[in-house]
Amino acid sequence: MEKFAQHTGVGVPLRRSNVDTDQIIPAVYLKRVSRTGFEDALFAAWRGDPSFVINQPAYAGGTVLVAGPDFGTGSSREHAVWALHDYGFRVVISPRFADIFRGNAGKQGLLAAQVSYEDVELLWKVLETRPGTEVTVDLEARTVRCEDVVVPFSVDDYTRWRLMEGLDDIGLTLQHEAEITAFEAQREPWRPVTLPAKHLPDQPIVSARAV
Amino acid sequence: MGRTLAEKVWDAHVVRPEGGAADGVPDLLYIDLHLLHEVTSPQAFEGLRLAGRPVRRPDLTIATEDHNTPTLDIDLPIADLTSRTQIDTLRANAAQFGIRLHSLGDADQGIVHQVGPQLGLTQPGLTVVCGDSHTSTHGAFGALAFGIGTSEVEHVLATQTLPLAPFRTMAVNVTGVLPPGASAKDIILAVIAKIGTGGGQGHVIEYRGAAIRALSMEGRMTVCNMSIEAGARAGMIAPDETTFAYLKGRPHAPEGADWDAAVAYWRTLRTDDDAVFDTEVEIDASALEPFVTWGTNPGQGLPLSGSVPVPENIADDDARTAAQRAIEYMGLVPGTPLRDIAVDTVFIGSCTNGRIEDLRAAAKVVKGRRKAEGVRVLVVPASARVRLQAEAEGLDRVFTEFGAEWRNAGCSMCLGMNPDQLAPGERSASTSNRNFEGRQGKGGRTHLVSPVVAAATAVRGTLSSVTDLDLPAGTDLSELDGSPLPVVNA
Repeated sequence: MEKFAQHTGVGVPLRRSNVDTDQIIPAVYLKRVSRTGFEDALFAAWRGDPSFVINQPAYAGGTVLVAGPDFGTGSSREHAVWALHDYGFRVVISPRFADIFRGNAGKQGLLAAQVSYEDVELLWKVLETRPGTEVTVDLEARTVRCEDVVVPFSVDDYTRWRLMEGLDDIGLTLQHEAEITAFEAQREPWRPVTLPAKHLPDQPIVSARAV
Repeated sequence: MGRTLAEKVWDAHVVRPEGGAADGVPDLLYIDLHLLHEVTSPQAFEGLRLAGRPVRRPDLTIATEDHNTPTLDIDLPIADLTSRTQIDTLRANAAQFGIRLHSLGDADQGIVHQVGPQLGLTQPGLTVVCGDSHTSTHGAFGALAFGIGTSEVEHVLATQTLPLAPFRTMAVNVTGVLPPGASAKDIILAVIAKIGTGGGQGHVIEYRGAAIRALSMEGRMTVCNMSIEAGARAGMIAPDETTFAYLKGRPHAPEGADWDAAVAYWRTLRTDDDAVFDTEVEIDASALEPFVTWGTNPGQGLPLSGSVPVPENIADDDARTAAQRAIEYMGLVPGTPLRDIAVDTVFIGSCTNGRIEDLRAAAKVVKGRRKAEGVRVLVVPASARVRLQAEAEGLDRVFTEFGAEWRNAGCSMCLGMNPDQLAPGERSASTSNRNFEGRQGKGGRTHLVSPVVAAATAVRGTLSSVTDLDLPAGTDLSELDGSPLPVVNA
């Protein structure tokens, strides 16, 4: 994962609350087996509307998305983070994030910066009044600057540290493999295992047909 | 001070404590059961291959095919090439890494959140994860179960652990007795409408109270399933005799002395009397009636006797704007009684309401009737085993004689990844969990309902409760539940 310290880019005001992950990337785009190339799927249902904010030339190349509360609710699909990242976004700002989305973002180097609703309003006003204005997000200082508006954001210490160091979670965990093995040794014997497989007797399944 | 159920399960799985010292620093938690499906796993397996890492515990891992699979012609090659590639990828990954897979056409295939419980793999006190937000379903057994992203799927495959920041705890106390005609689905829709789609954020919810105790395991699964729709990371219900009775004798349930040891431990899995929740919410079940959603998030719901809200009457700016947008998308007129809304499609299925009790409850309503003219009715069992059981009870004939389509198992129209989709502008009454814009097909409009409301709606063609139907004199509404139909294969 790339290290993240500070980022400056065009801010994109998305004046909507409850932007769920089905809006960020509809399910039909989840059939791909690759990890990249999801930029075309971002906000697919809204992209057809020329007035939709990311279609407006002034916001082209935007990298900081400023959204309403409860961003990333719904499905756990990490594809939502991949689509935002592949499109070019490096930061999403919202007054409140869904837990799974925030966790997924942290794994991919996309900063989910929580800013109060009042401060998001201030950012929206600048970005809507003067489209194309750049926003600077400083992870070290935990501030968002947009012209003369400077507001704080919150992100937990651990995610901030991992983003700034560009650390890989699996590598960090495997440093503790001996402790995992020790934990496994004292698990109760009745806890279920999936193998060898047990199940009711096999039965043929008849396929339904179109009526 | 005592501990809550969630805290007890958490504490029993800490491999390496880190939390508490600083903001957001995670504990490393052991994962007892990892469920996989075709959509959120391919990139995780690819990550393992690139790093040269094995799956640490194939024996704590199980996979099935559910999200994109067709519900027709399952014995033929999958027509959609990208879906077929994704299924083939899962099959190849399962073979390479030695993971048990229940494929399309296998009697144990089905929605991942039905497969775990029906095999007896989902048990009290476990940590259960899956790359699917509705993993909260398994919390009905007193497991700590939550959805994860694909990077976390890879992490669990490689290490059988997850670094997790501690959750806050919320009690949702559901008191009283649920009136006849109302169900578990109406409880959870009312909870979400009350606390909002972000109300549970950062919390594990424990559902408590007499109305929860009175629910069957399947009803409890319906409640826990939609915890994520209230923004919660997980939902849980303390195990009790209902839980043990459901598990006893299932293929992977403990046996003999193991069963006794397990039950003894499971009985300790309850919130201590002196434990304190971070948040508490009260709901009176006796005041509930069938609930339906009118908008485009699951918090935008009302009792069926209500009307489409008038945005001008909503004080909060953000809620008013959201309501305006939702009403426009849904093609509704403010003030319209919800019962006047006509639907094109009725979908009965999903990990929320596709189990045998849901199918029985719907079948009792439609038995001996014909569906409303022009309405398409799709019945999709949650798993192949559920389908087999329903057929053994004659439910398939009840549905087909009603004019419904009886399909093979899978997620189907809940998320429209397979061919089962709404056309643009089409309106559904759906027993699933999400009414997001385009969720069931681009431009589709979804009203979330219980199985009984779905069935009554299929009879009348407009959003309806069972009391809107012409019922024979002396009908006991409390019999319209998940118990078997009185006449089996007559």
